[in-house]
Amino acid sequence: MKNTKEVVIEKSLFLIALSAIFMLFLIAIFIFKEGTPLIFKVGFKNFVTSSKWFPLEGQFGIFSMILGTLWITAGALIIGVPLGLSCAIFLSEFVPRRIMAILKPTIELLAGIPSVVYGFIGMVVLVPLIRENLGGPGLSILAGSIILGIMILPTIISISIDAIQAVPRSYREGSLAMGATKWQTIHMVVLKAARSGIVASIILGMGRAIGETMAVIMVAGNAVKIPRSILDPARTLTTNIALEMGFAAGDHRQALFATGVVLFIIIMILNIIANYAVRKR
Amino acid sequence: MNTIEVKNLNFYYGNFQALKDIGIAFQEKIITALIGPSGCGKSTLLRCLNRMNDLIEGVKISGEVDFKDKNIYSKNIDVVELRRHVGMVFQRPNPFPLSVFDNVVYGLKVHGVTQAFRLEEIVERSLKATGLWDEMKDKLNSIATELPLEQQQRLCMARLVAIEPEVILMDEPCSALDPIATAKIEELMFELKKKYTIVIVTHNMQQAARVSDCCGFMLLGELIEFGTTSKIFTSPDNQKTQDYITGRFG
Ligand SMILES: Nc1ncnc2c1ncn2[C@@H]1O[C@H](COP(=O)(O)OP(=O)(O)OP(=O)(O)O)[C@@H](O)[C@H]1O
Ligand SMILES: [Mg+2]
Repeated sequence: MKNTKEVVIEKSLFLIALSAIFMLFLIAIFIFKEGTPLIFKVGFKNFVTSSKWFPLEGQFGIFSMILGTLWITAGALIIGVPLGLSCAIFLSEFVPRRIMAILKPTIELLAGIPSVVYGFIGMVVLVPLIRENLGGPGLSILAGSIILGIMILPTIISISIDAIQAVPRSYREGSLAMGATKWQTIHMVVLKAARSGIVASIILGMGRAIGETMAVIMVAGNAVKIPRSILDPARTLTTNIALEMGFAAGDHRQALFATGVVLFIIIMILNIIANYAVRKR
Repeated sequence: MNTIEVKNLNFYYGNFQALKDIGIAFQEKIITALIGPSGCGKSTLLRCLNRMNDLIEGVKISGEVDFKDKNIYSKNIDVVELRRHVGMVFQRPNPFPLSVFDNVVYGLKVHGVTQAFRLEEIVERSLKATGLWDEMKDKLNSIATELPLEQQQRLCMARLVAIEPEVILMDEPCSALDPIATAKIEELMFELKKKYTIVIVTHNMQQAARVSDCCGFMLLGELIEFGTTSKIFTSPDNQKTQDYITGRFG
């Protein structure tokens, strides 16, 4: 009797797990099925290297958006990683545990704020600030990077803190007992031991930055042209899909799915690079 | 010559007094063992000698610990400098998750030695001094935490030897090792004693009898008896020592 029950539970868990993976596959297949015909039609090379995006005239080139995505994501990491890491180091090494126990959940709460709120704040505060002080339209790569840099902070901070706190106490004691200062101990031992966790936090943050759509739509300007400076507006791959899917049909609609395919490939490549970087030592 | 002299040392974890009016002297270039039942304060005393207890919150200390006639608990002492001269080997081998080479040069880098040729020279010398050179010379780049435990413990000694401290404190350095590895580490201690003052905490009375020259017996935070190892193990003055040595408790 008990045995059949165990078997039923095991089998149903297996089915549920399988269906989750199955759905993932389904999504991937769907995107590829909808997107690839157009890529073949205009040619993959043309699709990713041309920056002429005139969907109504049948010209589909997403080069400027690929650049937009890479620029904004890189900018977000340049802002978010040093900030997030310093914050994680400070909180886990220099703040008493009791206070940490309050601060960490608070920071994690930041991840729960809807992205439209971040976008809104960026639009009413950050964009005018950039326009008045640095010139340009304000709606720009810089604005997008700053907002995304802030949005990925909770991910980077919270996962890095976990990684740093998981470093055995004996490593720290060993280092201090050799006459190392606290800071030497942190950067020569603790950060090295916590390295894979820290890189994981950066990969997750990067994933969030690449995928974020709403906040970027509101602050990055969305212009389809090759950005020349960080003060120029730019459109990313995700925002392209979100902005035009509502009214696209035919080839245009397929081109948006094709944009999704390229995004998919970019994320894959970045993940592989990041994983390789962790594995290497 | 006394390298370290402890006078009237009292130590508290919060309200709990772990050391009671300890007075003991550790002589130069011999091995002094601290024995006693679990929880009697051996580790605590050892960790007072290089101020590792400073890392624990809420501890109180009174009395004096003189290292080369200077009280290490006086205000103008540089703890970093102190620990450079009074090194420590822990119960569980704790090499850093770095390469063998980087482990040995760690202390040197911390103390500002950076020339590559000097580092290589010192790595060779330190690994030789700890009997690791033959096994390690082709594996300097392997990750230290993946070595067998005995080699890890030797490596922990090698990284101390690299910075040439004057005192090496060992807190049950063999308790994670098997008997053969233990014998090898004990041999190493004899070797190291020629150059360094060694204080070892051990649970294992045979080990204390084998390796040490002087021996202190502790009980419930007090130093019951201190003397040469042969005296402690053959004709102790105190009845409690006698009972412990003969295995009547502990
Ligand atoms: N961090 C701490 N906080 C509070 N009490 C402690 C702490 N560390 C040790 N103690 C207490 O101090 C006493 C002495 O501990 P210590 O570790 O020095 O004993 P020990 O002789 O080394 O024992 P063992 O042989 O088990 O290692 C024990 O009663 C222990 O419970
Ligand atoms: Mg102990």
